[in-house]
Amino acid sequence: MRNLTRYIITRVLLTIPMVLILLSILFVVLRLTPGDPVSAMLGGHAPERVIEQKKEELGLNRPMVIQYLDYLWQVCRLDLGESMVFKQRVTTAIAEKLPATIELTFFGLIITLFLGVFMGAYAADRRRQIQDSAIRLYGIVVYCIPVYWMGLMLQLTFGIWLDILPIAGRTGPRVFASTFEKTGFYILDTILVRDFSALGDVMIHLILPSFTLGLVLSGIFVRLTRANMLDVLRADYIIAAEARGIRHRKIVYKHALKNAFIPILTMMGLQVALLMAGAVLTETTFSWPGMGRLLLERIYLRDYPTIQGTIIVFALIVASVSLIVDIIYAIVDPRIRY
Amino acid sequence: MRFSPANAMARGLSPLMRMGKKYGLEWWILLIGAVIILAIIIMAIFPGAFAPFNPHDQNTGPQLLPPGGSHLMGTDNLHRDVWSRIVYGSQTIMRIAILAAILSSFSGISLGLISGFSGGILDRILSLIMDSVYVFPGLILAIAFAAMFGPGVFNITLAVAVIYIPTYFRLVRGQTLSIKEELYVEAARSIGASNFTILWKYIFPNVIATTVVVFTLNVADAIMIEAALTYLGLGLPPSIVDWGMDLAMGKKFLPSGQWWLITFPGAMISILALGFTMLGEGLAEILNPRLLER
Repeated sequence: MRNLTRYIITRVLLTIPMVLILLSILFVVLRLTPGDPVSAMLGGHAPERVIEQKKEELGLNRPMVIQYLDYLWQVCRLDLGESMVFKQRVTTAIAEKLPATIELTFFGLIITLFLGVFMGAYAADRRRQIQDSAIRLYGIVVYCIPVYWMGLMLQLTFGIWLDILPIAGRTGPRVFASTFEKTGFYILDTILVRDFSALGDVMIHLILPSFTLGLVLSGIFVRLTRANMLDVLRADYIIAAEARGIRHRKIVYKHALKNAFIPILTMMGLQVALLMAGAVLTETTFSWPGMGRLLLERIYLRDYPTIQGTIIVFALIVASVSLIVDIIYAIVDPRIRY
Repeated sequence: MRFSPANAMARGLSPLMRMGKKYGLEWWILLIGAVIILAIIIMAIFPGAFAPFNPHDQNTGPQLLPPGGSHLMGTDNLHRDVWSRIVYGSQTIMRIAILAAILSSFSGISLGLISGFSGGILDRILSLIMDSVYVFPGLILAIAFAAMFGPGVFNITLAVAVIYIPTYFRLVRGQTLSIKEELYVEAARSIGASNFTILWKYIFPNVIATTVVVFTLNVADAIMIEAALTYLGLGLPPSIVDWGMDLAMGKKFLPSGQWWLITFPGAMISILALGFTMLGEGLAEILNPRLLER
């Protein structure tokens, strides 16, 4: 137990330089690249005096080192500044959009895991047979389909031709989010107020975006699961289980899959990055009001504080998920220690 | 140790032909990938032979014409021929993806070699930076870079290249660490070879073989990132013909059912990425079955 505590403390301490480096890279990218945000925002024809005044206001005239330290201090206080375009705190804008992204990625991940893990396990079981080849090809092909194109094709098929699913937004025109919105997680909110027709509407709007995300990422999980299952299926205890006459299906999907799942869990930490990137593209395609759309909208408006804040939040999400996954792994598998 | 990339290729290819049967699926995956890439490269080099119209020609026929007749893939809202734009668009995406992969492999491999070979504080710092970038979503980083650099072919190439440097760095650094302990490196040092000679003549040739596979898979990824950036409207000025931009434009006509405007550019992005992925997967299996977990 003491070992575990030590591991967790070391792991948390190791996360700090990682986040710090990401923050520094962002600072360099956003502040030191040619063209300053103020003239970009006010347009090329703004008078010099106005530009200077705005710069003074935003503290962009101070030395870089001071700006850098100030920026780090801001992030530590979880204060991401104020939008340059709207009268709005950046944290408010992000808090509004974050639940939508989490809802989307959560369901996307569930679909990915479900599809990927079962197909991968099945392929490993049928190794070198036609089913195995078919599933491996599926994995490769699906990985190469850009998320946004998958989204557009699903929109075209189910939204336009078959006309059975909505292709944009989180709710339909007759459902008003203001009547149930509390946490921002619409599924949770509608259940809390027991508005089941709204719940149905919210679910229907979630189907296409989450399937888009889930299908595209399932290719990676097919591959991961298959690789791990192949190793596990060769283990002695599997042969022992076969010898005892336990049903083959039970051995594969219960005994083996359970053991193959731990390494898959750790890989999930890395896949979160792909999930976030996929979410940005899915949100744009489906007009899903989440973090990705916020980021792109503000890039078009050149609202630098919000752009910076959104990317920082993405960095924090990725860092904390990989931290949590590693800690869970250490709890599940006592061999993992520094 | 006489070892060159050409030798490695020859060594990889001759058993490939003979033992195509032995490798089964992998061999076919590799072959299909190579054929796809070759076809699109030929298309990019000789666009005139494939495209009946100029990609910018706004006078090819009626607007939003469905596929068929003289317009293989129909026309867009500006009367332009979709197939001709696909042919010319292949140049943009190929150039950017391959150049980006070359840039990032060059910097990633050099940094990885230096970092792994020299060790110490430099190695620690570089590894920490590379690991941090590695775990961060590449696309989001590329979006930030592309937004800051502004539109342009070279800027987008840089934005795509930056995010793949850690991939090469981690691979090469790890291998350098183990190779520098080998006996032949020790021998070279004892006869007075300089650090540069050891790196260039003894370590680099042994590292380069594995990066071939990563390079191929990297191009596939770069293709999807490039198309994603231009789809989001971040990458290129509208005067350039590009699949991602055509896709973004076609998206506006999705509700009215003009399916050909999104189907074909998107399919081409997938097929090209698939070509490189299949080539990489096939190579990985055949050159070194343990490289990618199966």
